[in-house]
Amino acid sequence: MSFQRMHILIPMDEEAIQNGALEVKRRLKKELFKHGVEDEVKVLETGPVGISGRGVVLIVYPDRVYYYNVTPKDTKCIVEQHILKGKVCESVENSIDGEGRKNVVDYENIGLTREQPRVVLDKCCIVNTFDIEEVIARGGYAALEKILEEKISPEQVIEEIKKSGLRGRGGAGFPTGLKWEFTRKAEGDEKFVICNADEGEPGTYKDRLILEGDPHKLLEAMIIAGYAVGAKKGYIYIRGEYQLSIDRINRAIQDAKKFSLLGENILETGLNFDIEVKKGAGAYVCGEETALIESLEGKRGQPRIKPPYPVTHGLWQKPTVVNNVETLANVPAIILNGADWYRTLGTEKSPGTKVFTVLGDVEYPGLIEVEMGTPLREIINAYGGGVKNGKKFKAALVGGAAGVFLSDKLLDVKMDFENLKEHMAVLGSGAILVMNEDVSIVEMLFSILKFFAHESCGQCSPCRIGTRQLLEIIYRIKTGEGEEGDLEKMRHIAETMRNLSLCPLGQSVIMPVASAINNFKEDFLEKINKKNNKEVLYA
Amino acid sequence: MKEILEKYERKSDNLLAILHELQDSKEEHYLSKEDLKAVSEYLGLPLSTVHGVATFYSMYAFKPRGKYIIRVCQSPPCHLMGSTTISKELMKILGIKFGETTKDKLFTLEMSSCLGVCGVAPAIMINDKVYGNLTPERLKSIIEEKRRAK
Repeated sequence: MSFQRMHILIPMDEEAIQNGALEVKRRLKKELFKHGVEDEVKVLETGPVGISGRGVVLIVYPDRVYYYNVTPKDTKCIVEQHILKGKVCESVENSIDGEGRKNVVDYENIGLTREQPRVVLDKCCIVNTFDIEEVIARGGYAALEKILEEKISPEQVIEEIKKSGLRGRGGAGFPTGLKWEFTRKAEGDEKFVICNADEGEPGTYKDRLILEGDPHKLLEAMIIAGYAVGAKKGYIYIRGEYQLSIDRINRAIQDAKKFSLLGENILETGLNFDIEVKKGAGAYVCGEETALIESLEGKRGQPRIKPPYPVTHGLWQKPTVVNNVETLANVPAIILNGADWYRTLGTEKSPGTKVFTVLGDVEYPGLIEVEMGTPLREIINAYGGGVKNGKKFKAALVGGAAGVFLSDKLLDVKMDFENLKEHMAVLGSGAILVMNEDVSIVEMLFSILKFFAHESCGQCSPCRIGTRQLLEIIYRIKTGEGEEGDLEKMRHIAETMRNLSLCPLGQSVIMPVASAINNFKEDFLEKINKKNNKEVLYA
Repeated sequence: MKEILEKYERKSDNLLAILHELQDSKEEHYLSKEDLKAVSEYLGLPLSTVHGVATFYSMYAFKPRGKYIIRVCQSPPCHLMGSTTISKELMKILGIKFGETTKDKLFTLEMSSCLGVCGVAPAIMINDKVYGNLTPERLKSIIEEKRRAK
């Protein structure tokens, strides 16, 4: 076995490939070969690192130097300066705006590469996901082995998850351990585990990072879930737009089967569990668990009336546990390190970490994983690098389209289930969209309502008609045709939808509508009053 | 078509996957009446059910589309970063509206919900490939490239 003195990591995801990461990798290998150091330096393709808008990223270990916006041409400098002489290559050109400014940064302390308590993303961008042996060497499938070797009973597994206080990361925050327990106790000879990877909340791609960066962790967690609730079959429902995720998960499933970690007689313990990938076809509402189940059965993705809940009547009306990708990704660490350890992270009622996407007008858009309860201000400033171009902060849309607009008054809110609820806000999917002083909230709300009008599945009338009416009103306001009383009307419609809609899609439209009107009334009034002034002028 | 169908077990939960594969196998990226009929017969489902399911999802199309399907992300993050400009620019360059196909059958313009690449907003997807950090100039060169490649 050869010893490598250096590792160069290339995080590979949709974004990186689009920016030419494959060519960079090829050239890098060529340069290394040219200088005869191909045995000393290992080039590793890893999952996405969570840095966005910075082109192809290279990370050189053990120096932990991050290169941004790397072009194929830059590989020469990186090899000749950094690899051969140990000097950080200062002349990496900017491949996006062509300004040629320095792009080598040692971002140890600021931005997204600042140290994070990574539980969910611990292997993302460190491990070659295509090399299952390396994944195992880094602790992959260790939790499953622990359960099987130490003969931990399914009840004990559920107890540990319950004790850990893990709550669903898809938005609703339901205690995961309870969900498992209900499913275990539900009557039925056949049970299922479904992983909800229909990540459609605008501004969210945390699940994609896990699917592409550490697919084995997800498989391991699903096997554990299957063992705990007594299911032999699992499905991962991935949205149709995530082709790369689908490919990587399928590859991981094949690899796991080769190593007897999945399928029949897992690790020769007699445990059987199989996983199948199902591809969505473009419907936001399928992120709702019962709609997802309908879609999985090959039907229109329309939500079912609850109760009964999936834990008793799920897929094919059989007991089914449906968990979000991020929720499941917490499970192996809890089993390995124990519930008490998990509870040292986060807050009392929301233990653990949360993956956030920080986007919009910030210096370093991307993904971060921080402890639950981290203040919004810290996330935006310390990790996101603050508002871009020295502009002033105006608002943050927290939780995706079904989230809330927070003003600067709420910047110190702690990001966990309880604290946000106190402020009529939600954690949702963990999307944080930052807007600067130039952005009109009317425009943003228009974009959101257009989205809901398009994605309403049409099954129940409050949602089908309500989303349409809201869109018409906001369009009027936006184009200067707003009327007095429009805001009250919008609030009234959204409240009706909250009370009468079948599923969370219609019920949650009140969140962006009410928060936009409450916190940014001036934006709306300005548009509406302008119109009234015009009328006076022409009268 | 028969080959594609027979890859799948005759189970109704395979419907979405079959529709995906059928559509992807077609040069014009759409599902014809005959396709839906064949699927309905194969799975033993009423044609109305197959039609109902297929039309529910936005990724399936029922009239011929161009070689390149351009899907413009309409989500709030892209909106914030200027997707409206991108949409207008695309309509100008291609000379078509959303939902239409160019006369040379090269491009179809569609709206899309969040593509999940918000870090590079505004973004579009051309067939399976994502293009982000778009400016009108970059957009022009991408379309030019596709035109040349045909």
